[in-house]
Amino acid sequence: MRLSLLSRRDLACQQVVELITDYLEGALSRAARRRFEAHLAGCPHCTEYLAQMRETIKLAGRIEPGDLTPQMRQEFADLYRRWQSGPQ
Amino acid sequence: MDPDAELLTRLRAGDERAFIALVQHYHEPMLRLAASFVPSTAVAEEVVQDTWLAVLRGLERFEGRSSLKTWLFRILVNRARSTGSREQRSVPVADPGPAVDPARFGPSGAWSDPPEHWIEAAEARVDAGKLADRVRAWIDDLPGRQREVVLLRDVEGMTSDEVCSVLELTEANQRVLLHRGRSRLRQLLENEFGEAR
Repeated sequence: MRLSLLSRRDLACQQVVELITDYLEGALSRAARRRFEAHLAGCPHCTEYLAQMRETIKLAGRIEPGDLTPQMRQEFADLYRRWQSGPQ
Repeated sequence: MDPDAELLTRLRAGDERAFIALVQHYHEPMLRLAASFVPSTAVAEEVVQDTWLAVLRGLERFEGRSSLKTWLFRILVNRARSTGSREQRSVPVADPGPAVDPARFGPSGAWSDPPEHWIEAAEARVDAGKLADRVRAWIDDLPGRQREVVLLRDVEGMTSDEVCSVLELTEANQRVLLHRGRSRLRQLLENEFGEAR
């Protein structure tokens, strides 16, 4: 698939979905990026797919850690105090 | 000021609440990451406990050449790796599968079964908090190395340089793992929320 990028042939959707992360990471060459964007401009499905990959990243970024239990809070407070009061 | 840098200043000044805030923020993601290297939750918990001790002991020597977050996760991964290999666990290999089932494309490589819409349906569920739980469970189910990269990049918001440094990956390998992991998550979201057009 990499080699075929060098050809002047238009990208197929099946290639575009494999290049999305390289695109988002800024890892495509300028030529590959132009071809990628040219494909998107004419392909609503791949445009939707790219939006979904961005949404996937956004949803993962919304995951927050759960609150520590009061017991864990206490254990870590104890750990900190032991550490503060001298070498372990 | 970077919130972690502020925590670091407070930690060095002996502020217990700063330590608890740090634990609140990183304990759970550290457990999830450790679980990828060791065979059981109990061992992962030990590794994370050891990491917190090492963090406290190393605090004075930490020079801030990397971010506090990168430093924490590097200590964790070093410990989890050495524990994991002591436990004789095999190293997970990257899944070479495609981002999208090939059956969804026609002979020319164009979509024959295009992506179903799901963004609005998923966003409508965000506030309930349940969606985050689902996504978290899906990330936990990813193959080991993909899970590690997605956790650090997309959940913890690290840069690719930071992730490569913590997991000792090349940029290219990091991108492949990230691509597989994100593609898998996208498919699971489509399965869950997709509406046939």
